[in-house]
Amino acid sequence: MNEIKGIGVSPGISIGRACVISKSNAVATGTLLNDTNEILIAIECFDKAVISAMHEIEGIKTNTSLNLQYEDIAILETQIEFLSDPQIREDVVEVINTDKKNAGDAVLDVITNMVQIFLNMEDEYMRARSADVQDIGNRILRHLNNSGSLFTQTFGLDTIIIAEDILPSDTLAIDTKQVVGFATKIGSKTSHTAIIAKSKGIPAIVGCGELNVIKNDDVIILDGTSGMLFINPDEQLLIEYNQKKSVYDEQANQLKQLKTVQPVTIDGTLSKLLANISSPEDMEAVFENGGEGVGLLRTELLFMNRDSFPTEDEQFEFYKLIALQSKGKPIIVRTIDIGGDKQLPYFNLPIEENPFLGYRAIRICLDRIDLFITQLKAILRASIFGDLKIMLPMVSGVQEVRDAKKIIEQAKTELSQADINFNSKIEVGIMIEIPSAAITADILAKEVDFFSIGTNDLCQYTLAVDRMNEKISHLYDPFNPGVLRLIKYVIEQAHQHKIHVAMCGEMASDPMATLLLMGMGLTEFSMSASAIPAIKNIIINTDLNKAKEISNHVMTLDGSKAIITYLQEFTI
Amino acid sequence: MITKEYIITASQGIHARPATTLIRLAKNFKSSISLKKADKTIKLNSMLNILSLGIKSGEQISIIIEGEDEISAVIALDQFFKDQLKDL
Repeated sequence: MNEIKGIGVSPGISIGRACVISKSNAVATGTLLNDTNEILIAIECFDKAVISAMHEIEGIKTNTSLNLQYEDIAILETQIEFLSDPQIREDVVEVINTDKKNAGDAVLDVITNMVQIFLNMEDEYMRARSADVQDIGNRILRHLNNSGSLFTQTFGLDTIIIAEDILPSDTLAIDTKQVVGFATKIGSKTSHTAIIAKSKGIPAIVGCGELNVIKNDDVIILDGTSGMLFINPDEQLLIEYNQKKSVYDEQANQLKQLKTVQPVTIDGTLSKLLANISSPEDMEAVFENGGEGVGLLRTELLFMNRDSFPTEDEQFEFYKLIALQSKGKPIIVRTIDIGGDKQLPYFNLPIEENPFLGYRAIRICLDRIDLFITQLKAILRASIFGDLKIMLPMVSGVQEVRDAKKIIEQAKTELSQADINFNSKIEVGIMIEIPSAAITADILAKEVDFFSIGTNDLCQYTLAVDRMNEKISHLYDPFNPGVLRLIKYVIEQAHQHKIHVAMCGEMASDPMATLLLMGMGLTEFSMSASAIPAIKNIIINTDLNKAKEISNHVMTLDGSKAIITYLQEFTI
Repeated sequence: MITKEYIITASQGIHARPATTLIRLAKNFKSSISLKKADKTIKLNSMLNILSLGIKSGEQISIIIEGEDEISAVIALDQFFKDQLKDL
């Protein structure tokens, strides 16, 4: 058995037989044209080939049996524009005219040059476009020679295509009834081939390097999630992957069904499921899992793994990158939450007896206004690229909110004076994670646009239990009636003052808590993206009256043991 | 002649899909429409030329329109850069 590792670009597992496709590169003929007449004929041949290539693409576009998605059509539209590009024609005509090359050689020349230009670009996305240019060139050449497409051939069932590279148009023409996966020697995550494979749901691996060991009809396991390719695997591995495949297919199916479903209860109450993220790279998973925005962007990652504070520009780029991927959905940015258990090597905080009760989060920000204002300005600058909101962590009382808002105003003034754009109406909210904040939710609600309940810290502060201390970990219990009463009060006060309230702590992703929280009136949940489908599944199967009944009953129970036993009955 | 400047806010900049839309939009007008980034200017009729500028998010470009229907062209392009582009 052989193993090859590549870049998994389209997730899923496929098991099948290899079909190795060797690429026949077009070679220049070297035949030169003799006179003006031949030159005119060569140009005419080129024009005709382009027109028939365009007809071919129109044909693929309207072929309903290929089941093309919006992305696929868009790629074909792009190819049509490439084909009719006046620059390509101008270049080809010039080569024909001055070098006296025949149409095929001229196309080969021009396309090779252009592919090289794209390959030399800095941007990975632009480099990947070289495959599109190559695709166009090959298509024109094929029509010049009247030869058919590689993929008009039919394959056996469960074929896994092994090739140096598969051009976007060939990927589109693949019949998914027969071809269940493909692996290529070259390619990148942003190639159109990868995008199409994903939209068609065919597991695919690119950038595998040498694939010479694979022969036709070899048995192949292709894991598009991990990027692993197993050639002629033993029986045990086959059994293992067969199981993995059915689990994956089942999950993918569920996810697909849930992805576009709105999180609405049976009786029509709409909730909102948001994601907790730490970096721009997490954004893709948010939407994949049906998230409707980001309920908590932790900014600590920006400050960690480095040896000095990030500059305003560095921070701006980080927030901007996230905002740009947000599709107009809200992004709640939590300001620096360092201190406590999160230390920075370049920021010398003295060792404290009780770091969780010490100099951390908003307390640092209100002391080191220089650090705070740098972050605020970066967030404000990025706020023109998406619906960013500012969230202050570790608030214990109203004075901190007022002080922080003053500094936010100062940041705005400084930006205005420098003539820099920002969203002047940016919303400001707070985390509710200190018991005093929960108990004074009625006061705080008048000062802010939203609350977000951080159950992890709220739980440890309310119960006086150190989360990190294993000896007392059994006391760390979000279902303690004391914690639940605080949560309920915060939700009620937010509703009364007509501000948003969400939960971004671990409890938001606990299936056992969903009905209880909904019954308390919570409609916004933020959690790790992968937890969203399971919680959504609970919500769409719930009746709000039932949830209210459950939460009312829970509030009459005297301890978490009884509460948990009761809630387990209703957990799907 | 009308010149307008834009900062590209779409996350992927002007990649293949928006470039396609942009070219097709420009074809609707008789005016000559060019796009300028830094010191490079190209005609808005070629995919290759647009892509070869490699316009990324956050970069500034200008559009130069000249011709009899330049007013309606500028309105259409304005809408493209301000509203449409970020959804493509």
